[in-house]
Amino acid sequence: MEPAAYSTDLKGGLLRLVATGDWLARHLGAIDADLRAFEDDSVGRDIVIDISGVKRLDTAGAMVFERIIAACGQRTGRSSIVGASEAHRQLLENVRPHVNPCEVEPAARNAFMMMVNRFGRALIEGYYVSIEILNFIGQTLTTLMRVLRHPKRLRMTSIIHHMEEAGIDAMPIVGLMSFLIGAVVAFMGAKILRLFNAEVFTVELVGISVLREFGVLLSAILVAGRSGSAFTAAIGTMKIREEIDALRALGLDPIEVLVLPRAIALIIFMPILAFMAAVLGVIGGGVVAATAMDISPAFFVGRLQETIALSNFWVGLIKAPFFAFVIAIIGCYQGMEVAGSSESLGQRTTLSVVQSLFVVIILDAFFAMFFLEIDF
Amino acid sequence: MTEPAKKELVIEVNGLRTQFGDVVIHDSLDLSIRRNEILGVVGGSGSGKSVLMRAIIGLKTPSAGTVKIFGENYYESSRAEQIEIEKRWGVMFQGGALFSSLTVAQNVMAPIREHLKLPHELAADIAAMKISMSGLPPDAGAKFPSQLSGGMNKRAGLARAIALDPEIVFLDEPTAGLDPIGAENFDELIVNLKNSLGLTVFMVTHDLDTLHATCDRVAVLAEKRVIAIGALDEVRRSDHPWIQAYFSGPRGRAALEAKKTGARFAAEKD
Repeated sequence: MEPAAYSTDLKGGLLRLVATGDWLARHLGAIDADLRAFEDDSVGRDIVIDISGVKRLDTAGAMVFERIIAACGQRTGRSSIVGASEAHRQLLENVRPHVNPCEVEPAARNAFMMMVNRFGRALIEGYYVSIEILNFIGQTLTTLMRVLRHPKRLRMTSIIHHMEEAGIDAMPIVGLMSFLIGAVVAFMGAKILRLFNAEVFTVELVGISVLREFGVLLSAILVAGRSGSAFTAAIGTMKIREEIDALRALGLDPIEVLVLPRAIALIIFMPILAFMAAVLGVIGGGVVAATAMDISPAFFVGRLQETIALSNFWVGLIKAPFFAFVIAIIGCYQGMEVAGSSESLGQRTTLSVVQSLFVVIILDAFFAMFFLEIDF
Repeated sequence: MTEPAKKELVIEVNGLRTQFGDVVIHDSLDLSIRRNEILGVVGGSGSGKSVLMRAIIGLKTPSAGTVKIFGENYYESSRAEQIEIEKRWGVMFQGGALFSSLTVAQNVMAPIREHLKLPHELAADIAAMKISMSGLPPDAGAKFPSQLSGGMNKRAGLARAIALDPEIVFLDEPTAGLDPIGAENFDELIVNLKNSLGLTVFMVTHDLDTLHATCDRVAVLAEKRVIAIGALDEVRRSDHPWIQAYFSGPRGRAALEAKKTGARFAAEKD
């Protein structure tokens, strides 16, 4: 093994390049820069390349010789490669038609303009995306109406399947998180309230915060992370594999087949999750009250009944189906928007979770204001 | 005809057994491939052609038997030795299997960048040449795989497979899904590359025209092993029912006819 090497000389106005060694791709990196400089210097002159000393040649080596000869059409026809063995000559001939470098990368642009461009694009896209999501909601609702008129077309198997995957399978994690949050709230509350000798208000603190907000919000966050992303990934993969097109071509409505069952399953199951989360959150608070403070379980429950209006519980539960709808719609919408590459699938899955959390929290804020206004 | 028999064997498969769970795909399968030949592997759907290819290139560990590549036992080599072997082959998967987040040119440059420390410009030139060699238009390099048709994706897959000037190229159904003209060009391309680069080609195919046009030898896969291997004419003479059905069906005869007339036209031209 002998790395590629070359020498040049000028005789009678004719440039000669004598190449020796193995002109293989792995050796060329060392001499490519020099060769390019030589090419630039020698533009316009005729050149003879003597490759009789070349031992091994691969396509990259052959390409470099042909590139020097071609030199972007700056030489006359007298330039040539001499001394090639039969095999090398054949290789050179095969490479020759392919040496005009083609466009390899998208043309680079000014970084600042690209930034402005991206910003503008994002703004306009944001506008169109909100319209498209509204459009998607509309489509889903009209499909729902159509299906409800012929209830047989409701895909029960699919709904039950998604209820299991998105609902029942989420119960342990939702329950655990909620229990812990209830406990943490009780701890923090007790610590502060002790300063005012008002430890007993821990019960109200836990009751109201968990029933009204934390139970349902925590369920929504976990469902968006678990199931919203799963919806996007599943539908997105189907989109890439043209399964969505296949559904359409078979005369099936992807919204009816894929989106409705997921949305319905979540809408049914989210209140159940929220209910469970609320109960476990309160239990978490109660456990802390009983162990870290001197509030017995019986007293805790009694005070809970006395002081917490039932409306707090209903406020929490009412929000659940709305959150579920938003999560399912955004998850499915982003799945439908996946196009082409696996990278797009990843981006859409991220977007799906971020957007559904964003919308869930906005919705929650609206609900809070609404219930405040109507004094519920 | 005796001369090629002396040629060095680049791939030797002995007593290969592959299975998925209890389903046995190959059982005591033997196959050897000589340097600088194009071997076509045919067989019915589900006869394990692609699995055989995957077993040879290290993607499906066999449950028994040996796979020797360049005389080295692949599955008993250390990871570093395996990588050295892997640098010497190129694989074109059925759908192209291009990395979808990279442009075509970046796909072709990926193995060059990873295995050879070349300056960017030179790597880009090499990639451009390989893209052109595989029959893609110059502007294809800057495009993403999702912007190309299926046939173009295959060509780009081939460009990536030959990026490192491999000694063996594995092709999984190279002409499936191409239009007849595209398929014919592809056949020419493969023969051309074989001659100019000294390639050894392992080709899984269904395409009878491709078999006639390109392959030096044909291996027929059935009953979990290679039931016949040899020059196309020899294999055709076997009386195994599947081989008879395959080569003597209407499509088989049409392909043979096409080959004969093609040969006659070539003779007239001379």
